[in-house]
Amino acid sequence: MITLAAVTKTFGSNQVLRGVDLTIASGTSMVIIGGSGTGKSVLLKCILGLVHHDSGSITLDGQDVTKADRDAFLARFGMLFQGGALFDSLRVWENVAFRLMRGAKALPKAEAREAAIEKLRRVGLKPEVADLFPAELSGGMQKRVGLARAIAAEPEIIFFDEPTTGLDPIMAGVINDLIREIVVEMGATAMTITHDMTSVRAIADNVAMLHGGKIRWTGPVSEMDATSDPYVQQFIHGRAEGPIESVR
Amino acid sequence: MTATGALAGLGRPVLAAFAAIGRVAMFAGAIVGHILRPPFYFRELGHSLMQIGWFSLPVVGLTAIFTGGALALQIYAGGARFNAESVVPSIVAIGMTRELGPVLGGLMVAARVASSIAAEIGTMKVTEQIDALVTLSTNPLKYLAVPRVLAATLAMPFLVATGDAIGIMGGWLVGITRLDFNSATYLKNTIDFLEAWDVGSGLVKGAVFGFIVALMGCYHGMNSARGAQGVGRATKSAVVSASVLILAANYVLTELFFTS
Repeated sequence: MITLAAVTKTFGSNQVLRGVDLTIASGTSMVIIGGSGTGKSVLLKCILGLVHHDSGSITLDGQDVTKADRDAFLARFGMLFQGGALFDSLRVWENVAFRLMRGAKALPKAEAREAAIEKLRRVGLKPEVADLFPAELSGGMQKRVGLARAIAAEPEIIFFDEPTTGLDPIMAGVINDLIREIVVEMGATAMTITHDMTSVRAIADNVAMLHGGKIRWTGPVSEMDATSDPYVQQFIHGRAEGPIESVR
Repeated sequence: MTATGALAGLGRPVLAAFAAIGRVAMFAGAIVGHILRPPFYFRELGHSLMQIGWFSLPVVGLTAIFTGGALALQIYAGGARFNAESVVPSIVAIGMTRELGPVLGGLMVAARVASSIAAEIGTMKVTEQIDALVTLSTNPLKYLAVPRVLAATLAMPFLVATGDAIGIMGGWLVGITRLDFNSATYLKNTIDFLEAWDVGSGLVKGAVFGFIVALMGCYHGMNSARGAQGVGRATKSAVVSASVLILAANYVLTELFFTS
């Protein structure tokens, strides 16, 4: 279980997180929604330790993430980045098998390649893709490779940062279905950041809305449409009018 | 403007400069600290040796041959004022090995390598590839910076040695074709007057310059700001800072090696 309590983060004069309280139960899929620049990605990076929070606490199964053994902590995570973040200089299979070929339990090259091809197959990519470089792939294929890399070491917790951004609706649907299938199949805890309400409905068990640096609303996805919170209503229906100020 | 305002205006950039020096020193210390600690990324080291060493040979060679030739012409013209034209072979050799080989080689490698390292790592930073490395339990400093710094430090002495040889050959070519030197005499004078430390000091300088080049490339790349402009600025800063540091380090090393 991931627990955030009163987490704050400021960049210069910009206080992005103003006391975030959130609990993500093990084996569930939590989706964080909120406008651009509300600190969703910062929140996710705070959990991973890529950005250090200023105050508050973040615990994983009761242990403070800032005090955990870093390698053991990160070994429990997989992450799909917004732009894929594939390593340009490595072939697709090397990207997918990156973690498998390193550390104390490193697999021999041939085994790592086989495992990578298996994961590529799992996300709907053919083995021929394995020897290509990321620059030779379309955006949708890069997302799938990123997904294969995120699940390659079969992590307990997977983070998805804007998994469908920049994809056409059909490809977005494919990625959403894949994420849902994989999370259920692996029994993993998932945390997704997205603006895409179709993704929210496809991926989430629970939803949290981040606004003004705090969690504005959280609850099961089944209750999201029925909530009376005007912020959530404005966001999920994409209305220009409402309590969330929009810049025109 | 008040006196305190003027002092503050003067103090701010001085403090910023010291802070930057401190950050670079800590970055360099962290890299050196990682060099002998596992894991070792031999594949990345090999790749960097090829990129930094092998592929820099043409530019270093071309720079050296033209510099050696021009040096021979200048020394001949200057030496003629004192009837000392015969010093051309020895001065070309000493000039190339002690100063021009390492310094010009270092500057050319700075232009070619510091820029490419800063652009590559800067792009990796803005596209979240460095964050991805962290999530994959890989220390970006160890994976990206250590192999490049080590490769540049190891490769530069070889580049300098090659540049020295080509530069001396450039002087010899000009000497025998334009300045009426006898080929055998030119080569004999070169060998007779060249001492091991002339070459050795240049190679040590080369290693130091290689370290500086890769360090600046990695430092500015890792600290690149967001967007294309941020990467562009990091690239420019890497080349400028590497070039200035090479010239400053050259003066310090020359003081250390040749004044006693």
